[in-house]
Amino acid sequence: MKHIVWKAYWDFEKEEKFLNEMSAKGLALTDYSWCRYVFEEAPRGEYIYRIELLENSAKHPESQNYIRFMEETGVDFVASFICWVFFRKKAADGEFNIYSDTESRIKHYKRIRTLFSGAAGVNLAAFAVNLTAVLSPDSSLANLFGGFLSLTIFALILFTLVLPLTKKIKALHKQKEITE
Amino acid sequence: MSESTERGALTEAVYYILLSLFTPLHGYGIMQNIRELSGGRVALGAGTLYGAINTMLEKGWIKPVTGGLDARKKEYGITDEGKRAVYAEIARLEELIKNGKEIVKGDVK
Repeated sequence: MKHIVWKAYWDFEKEEKFLNEMSAKGLALTDYSWCRYVFEEAPRGEYIYRIELLENSAKHPESQNYIRFMEETGVDFVASFICWVFFRKKAADGEFNIYSDTESRIKHYKRIRTLFSGAAGVNLAAFAVNLTAVLSPDSSLANLFGGFLSLTIFALILFTLVLPLTKKIKALHKQKEITE
Repeated sequence: MSESTERGALTEAVYYILLSLFTPLHGYGIMQNIRELSGGRVALGAGTLYGAINTMLEKGWIKPVTGGLDARKKEYGITDEGKRAVYAEIARLEELIKNGKEIVKGDVK
């Protein structure tokens, strides 16, 4: 039987945790599209889930090569959403981590930070446009509202996503100074 | 050969991947081989392996090998350049171990 859960996650590590908790309860993710998670019943804890942001969209030939490579190592490709991909592996095969060294973890975090920084930038630009409009004589209430909204979104992305990622990247860099 | 003097320490992953490829293997074979070699200590992530393979292909340390047992899976093998990197690394590691053992004497557990 299929179970559909609507949920929005911004932090992929929290999302991974959610998927693994569902898997532990016997609900294994089989499909994903915008905020819509499809689960199917499976033995409890059968799979370990991992989420990754690729450099290109999942349909891109380079991504397809990568996904094929992952499948050759016993990993299931579950679903994709633009550049995000969902993988799973049988827990019986042992631990499942996509990255096993600090350097590739840093690269992954940086890729995600670039994505969110871009989104923050767009909102900051929208704020600037609205602010200019508000200051002109023929400004409307919509400009004021739009400006406030885009500034709020900008601040939200910055403080809940970009800065925490920067903190994680810094911590990994520090670790890399003394260990591999 | 200026390149060999510039060469830094290999990462554990790269060192073990190169060692694994003295006999051609595909990706999953490399992961299994490294797990065995290290007695289960090193579980190489497939994403990390994929990145390392591409970098080493670019550097010419490894090359694709055709005619493997399973034609659908890409196999890789070490090149002479890759072997030189391994020999240099072994020499470096030997120096580290020799100095380490001399200084801590019998304290190594």
